[in-house]
Parts: sequence; C-alpha cells; structure tokens
Amino acid sequence: MTQYVLIALGVLVVILTIVAIFDLLPPLRIVPDDTHFDFTRFRRISFPISAALSIVAIVLFFTHGLNFGIDFRGGTLLEVQNKSGPADIGAMRAQLSTLGLGDIQLQQFGGPNDVLIRVAEQPGGDAAQQAAVGKVRSALGDSVEYRRVEVVGPRVSGELLAFGMVGLMLAIVGILIYLWFRFEWQFALGAMIANVHDIVLTIGFMSISQVDFDLTSIAALLTILGYSLNDTVVIYDRIREMLRRYKKMPMPQLLNESINSTLSRSIITHVTVTLALLALLLFGGHAIHSFTAVMMFGVVLVGTYTSIFIAAPILIYLGVGEHRDASDTPAKK
Amino acid sequence: MLYFSRWKALAIILTALIVCLFAVPNFFPQERVKTWPVWAQRHIVLGLDLQGGSYLLLELDTNYIKKERLDQVRDEARRVLREAKIGYTGLAVRGDAVEVRVKDSDLQAALPKLRELSQPLGGLLGSSGQRSLEVSDAGGGLIRLVVPQAAITERIRQTNEQSIQIVERRINQLGTVEPLIQRQGTDRILVQVPGLQDPTELKRILGQTAKMEFRMVDSSVSPDQAQAGRVPAESEVLMSEQPPKVPYVIKRQVLVSGGDLTDAQPGFDQRTNEPIVSFKFNTSGARKFAQATSENVGQPFAIVLDNKVISAPVIREPITGGQGQISGSFTVQAANELALLLRAGALPAPLTVVEERTVGPGLGQDSIEKGQLAAYVGSIMVIVFMLLTYRLFGVFANIAVAINVAMIFGILSLLNATLTLPGIAGVVLTVGIAVDSNVLIYERIREELRHGRNAISAIDAGFRRALATILDSNITTFIAAAVLFYIGTGPVRGFAVTLGIGIITTVFTAFTLTSLIVAGWVRWKRPKTVPI
Repeated sequence: MTQYVLIALGVLVVILTIVAIFDLLPPLRIVPDDTHFDFTRFRRISFPISAALSIVAIVLFFTHGLNFGIDFRGGTLLEVQNKSGPADIGAMRAQLSTLGLGDIQLQQFGGPNDVLIRVAEQPGGDAAQQAAVGKVRSALGDSVEYRRVEVVGPRVSGELLAFGMVGLMLAIVGILIYLWFRFEWQFALGAMIANVHDIVLTIGFMSISQVDFDLTSIAALLTILGYSLNDTVVIYDRIREMLRRYKKMPMPQLLNESINSTLSRSIITHVTVTLALLALLLFGGHAIHSFTAVMMFGVVLVGTYTSIFIAAPILIYLGVGEHRDASDTPAKK
Repeated sequence: MLYFSRWKALAIILTALIVCLFAVPNFFPQERVKTWPVWAQRHIVLGLDLQGGSYLLLELDTNYIKKERLDQVRDEARRVLREAKIGYTGLAVRGDAVEVRVKDSDLQAALPKLRELSQPLGGLLGSSGQRSLEVSDAGGGLIRLVVPQAAITERIRQTNEQSIQIVERRINQLGTVEPLIQRQGTDRILVQVPGLQDPTELKRILGQTAKMEFRMVDSSVSPDQAQAGRVPAESEVLMSEQPPKVPYVIKRQVLVSGGDLTDAQPGFDQRTNEPIVSFKFNTSGARKFAQATSENVGQPFAIVLDNKVISAPVIREPITGGQGQISGSFTVQAANELALLLRAGALPAPLTVVEERTVGPGLGQDSIEKGQLAAYVGSIMVIVFMLLTYRLFGVFANIAVAINVAMIFGILSLLNATLTLPGIAGVVLTVGIAVDSNVLIYERIREELRHGRNAISAIDAGFRRALATILDSNITTFIAAAVLFYIGTGPVRGFAVTLGIGIITTVFTAFTLTSLIVAGWVRWKRPKTVPI
C-alpha cells in the first residue's frame, strides 16, 4: 500500500518538475508581494500576551510540573508486545503489582498488543534497579516480546539532568556570544530574551501535555532554540542593513519594513519545516512522537511568532536607533 | 557571484560528486562491500535503536578501590615498621588515612622509613610533583599516611583500564558480534552489543568479580563456634555459594589464586556425570599447589569464588600435575559461566550496571520502516511545495536539496557515523531547512526585481545579499547542534550529528551548487525576466 502511495507521489514530482521546467505552472503566491502590516504597533498587544503566557507557563511548571522520563527520574521502562493478540492491561497490572516494586504504571502504546510499563526508581541504588527489571522479566516470561527495556540508575539520572540543563545554558550563552560578535549587544540581548521566551513557552506546553521530559526533549528544546534564532537572525540581518541604508527612518517604521520584506521568506520556510515535521509526526512512529510534537509546537507555533512579534520590536526598548530623526529620507548610498 | 571560472565550477562539482559517492557502499550488502578496497568500505552504522541490541553502562566500585588501597598501605606500613624493628600501636585505617602511633624516640627513625613507601605519581615521567602517599607527623607520636585524591584517581583510571581488558575478554568469550567496549569518564565502561536481545546473561557475567582462591579450611574451631564469635585471627567465616547456605571457617592465607590459572573448561565428571570445571595452573601455580597439597593430605581445603565457598573437598593425595577439577553441584550453564570467568580472569574491582538500554529487533525494524516512510513523505511534500512556489527555480532548489541529502549520507559514511531514529528525523528536518537557503536567495531576488533591477543584476544582488544572512542564521543552529553532540548520548547524539552535518552541507550547497546552477541557466538563456 505505502509503496503505491510513494510511487504515485514520485510520479507527481516528476510531472510537476517537467511542467515547471517548461514554465507551464501558474505562480503560487502565499504572501502578496508588497505587504505593509504594522507589526511593531502590535507589540502593545503581543508583549502583554507573551508576558502573561510566560507567567502561565512558569506557574504550570511549578504546580503541574514536568512529566520526567526515566532519563532524569531514574527507574525502569519496558515496552512489551503481547505475542497472542491484544494485551490485557488489567491482568498484567494485577500480576505485576504482586512483585512489591512500588508504583508501576501500565499504558497502551501504539497498537492494542503494545504496552508500556514504567517502574518507579527502587530504593537501594543501582543494583536494586537491576533486580527490579529481572523480576518484571521473569513475571511476564515468554508471553511477551520485549521491544525496549531501559533501566537508568539514580546516579546516572541525576547526571543526565544536570548535563542537559548545563547544555541548554551553554547553548544559550554560546549563541549569545556569537550574536554579540556579529551584531551589537542590543541584538544579542533581544535574541536572548526571545530565546528564553521560546523555551519557557515550550516548557509550559510540555507541562500541559505531560509528554515525557527526557534527553530527547532537551534535543527538541535545543533545536527549537537553533531555529527560532535562525529566524530572528534573518530579520536582524535585514534590520541592520536597513539601519545602515536609511539613516533617518524612525525605528518603528524601519522595523516594520524589515519584517514585511522578510515576511514572504518567513512564511515559506515555515511551511516547508512544518511539512517536514508533519511527516515525522504522522509517519515517524511513536518512538519519536513526543520529540516531533514538542518541536512542532516550538518551531512552528512559537518560533515564528517570537521573531516577528518579540525579537524585532524589543529592539526599540533596548535602545537601538534611539537618536533618529523623524524625517524619513534615505541616506546617500 | 554569477561568474564561475571553469576550474572553480569543476572543483565544486567534483567535491559534491566525491562526497556523494561515499554514500554508495550503504546501498550494497555488507558481504559485497567487504570485497571492495578499504577506502571504499566506509559506511553508516545503524544505531542500537534501529538494529536492536543492548547498551550497558558499568561503573567501578570506587569505594572498594579506595579501601583496598588503604588496606594495602596499612599492610606495607606494618611490614616496614617490623623490618626496622620499631614498636608501634594502633595501626589502622581511619577514614581516608592510615594512622599509627610510635614512641617519641622512634619518630625520627620511623618517618623516613614510611616515606620510602611513597612514590612519584605517573611513573618515571611524572612531573606533577604529586606523590602516591603523604606521610605526616600529627604530633604526639601519631603518624598519618594519607593517600591523596590524585593518587586515588590515578589508581581508579588504571583499574578501569584493566577492567576493560577483562570485560572485553569475557564478552568475546560469549561469541557476540562486533561488541563496542569503551572507557567513559574515569570510572565507567560503556558496552554496546548489537543484536543482543536479553542482556541478563551478559549482566550476570559482568557483575561477578570472579576472584578465585584456593585456601585451607580451619579445623581448629567448628563453624558453629566461629559464628558464635570465636573466629581465630588468621581465619574468617565464609558462606557456601549454593543453597542451603552453610558456614565454613576458612584461613585467610591464599594458597593459589585464580591469576595462576592458564585454562578452565567445562566438562562432566566421568563417574557421577555431574557438570564440572577442570582447570590448569601455570608453572608457579602448579608448584605452589603441589606443595600445599602434599603438606596437607587428609585436610579439607576450600575453593573460594568472590568470598563464597564453591566446594571444600578433602585432599586425598598430593596434586602435582598442575591440573584439577571443581565439582560444586553446578548446572551445565553455571559450569560454562564459571569456566568462562576463570579463563577471562578476575576483575580488579566490582562493576555495577548503572544504565541499561535494550531494543529488540522487532522495534528496530519498525523504526527503520517508519523513519524511511516519514523521510520519503516529508521530502516529497517539501519538493512539491517548492515546485509550486518557485517553478523553474523550485527545480533548481530541489536539485540542490537532493545533492545536499546525498552529501549528508556521504559524510556520515565517511565518518562511519551512527544513524539513529532521531538522526533520521534530523535528516528530514534538514530537508525542510535546506530549502530555506534557497528561499532566502529567491525572495531576495524577487525583492531586487521589485526595486527595478534587471534580471541579471537582481539575481546577482539577491545571491550576494542573501549569502551573508544564510551564514549567520546557520551558525546559530550549528552551535546548538554542537552542544547537543557534546551532552548527548546514543540516539540524541545521532540527531546532533545529522543536524550538524546537514547544516554544513546546506551552507556548502547554498554557496556553491545553487549559484552554479543558476549561473549556468543565466549563461544559457540570457533571460530578460526571471520566472520566480
């Protein structure tokens, strides 16, 4: 089935390519050529909204918390597939609860035969975790196929968490330093505020959706960071160029023109990234489902919004182009 | 920007082609590739999450190493003081140091003798000024011998090196395919065994120190008396390995240790047909064993493994052949494992599993299929969208992206990098992002056209202005990928690798191939308008 779909799509690509080469395709314009949206005026709405959302996210983080996966919390995770038809989760739970391993969560995962079993970290160090996974294995025996078994001891989980957090900080600082070299410090600061805003909102999303927060979430966060900045840098580049070219244009107008002239690119790139992520989300399987879901939220929903409505307008408050004339005459080239 | 000298164009095309060619071995079966020249054999390695297998992280018991070192210092101090005929009291390990008390009059004689035990760290080439032992006068005749942290760290590092060799030997004895065994930090060992579905046996084999000793049974007290507290100073109470747990009183002195074994094989006792392990000593072991057995005919001796008594037979006659057998009511599997452990040698310190990740082959295969499907669908959607948006220039962009992806796989092969499921996601994401560089260029060209430039000048300006932006925007993402590579392990690191390589190839294609294609088109068509 899937082969035929892929072949059909391949044929479509070939036909479209031929049509495109002979210039027979009607042009598709997602964004009209000359837009003049007043993005900077919108900052009076977008800043309070972002501030409110960030506060909500932080409150959620402290009340609701994150659903720490075993990478950071330690413990045991088993993904099993029942060999004889759909799994009876109730019976398995009853069977495993007699082992005396404390909190055991079972959850259907993927197909009806698949069950995800989480065993909380056992008191008594690394050896105790190993004993626990042995008990679960011998209780379930050969009736299931063990598709995935992960055991993370208390010391490793602590280190992974610390490592992940340090990495996140390191990335932010590294990018900040780079931007400081390439732009003025106000730009670096603006980008960092936008950055932190993205991460805070994404963490809020992870708190609401209760997706597993593990090493892949850190990977997703870092990717979101990279691409949100990618977007911000494209707009900043344009702002810098405009600042050099139009010595007297007032800041809000200059920012608006910069954002409007890069708007078409921003939208088109986000469509392509969304298409790529959508394919991963729909077909990539449940092993990377939460990974792509988090990236979808961060890159597609938050990232674009941030660079247009936060990163660019915030430059006004950071004092970029403070001493500009109100009269708008292009400087000599 | 639109002018390329012939040589430059050729160099660009050749570079891209050669990098792409490195991806070729991945499309052929491994056995075929093995017959190719060595430089052409490089290929992408599938991560454990795709091919299935076990990942174990083992940790050395550093407290054990520390304690063992302190005990050793205490024994050396005793020997030195006895040899120098200096009277002492209260020689013992206290916390992180060994303490001993001597008479004030002996202090000046004792200190230099004890200082002789200390050596510079790092052998003859050691230039750090650090020593293996710090001997100090704590006043009142008390001498403290402190093992500094640097010396302990050094010892842990050495122990780890030795442990890796033993772990390697044990795993190779299991007959696994291409295991990966690596040092991780100072006190950890990473073990990856592709294709291993159930690491229970592996963990059991690595979880034993397998320190084997032949010692005499102390018959002066009964085990019951010993358990009641009357253990002679030169003996200790050890339990039997097999249930029911029976206590034995065993002398501390080791007659022969497992280090003197040259071979051990599982077998069956010819009379009882029970599983046994037969062993052979080296020359010095054989001599020691022969002497001990001839002196103690009629007495029981004990075979002790990791401080548990496997068996305690009575010596019927002197054993001079340097060969023997252990029968400890084993199962066949237990006999096999014991023989394996004895052949591979004892671990210098106990190892614990601190992290374990196992993926079954079923899930791995599923992940490959799903990753492939997502990659195809994602790429095709992006390609179609680019065609609809930019038409002819969309074709150019798609050619660049196709070469881009081929180059990613080429570089992954060249580096023998590991491809994981998140790594595949990284490739798909790169496809989405790689077209961004084209989008930046094309949008800039359109803008320049709107500002009234003619076709060629607009294309030229579009490229020139967009490239700086492309570089800036990609470096930020590259920093994120580099950090991720540094902090990540396994699947996550695979993601960082493809993301990082994807950024490099994207920048390369944007700066060279895309402009080369467009320049070629401009030279060929001499366009008055740009269909963009």
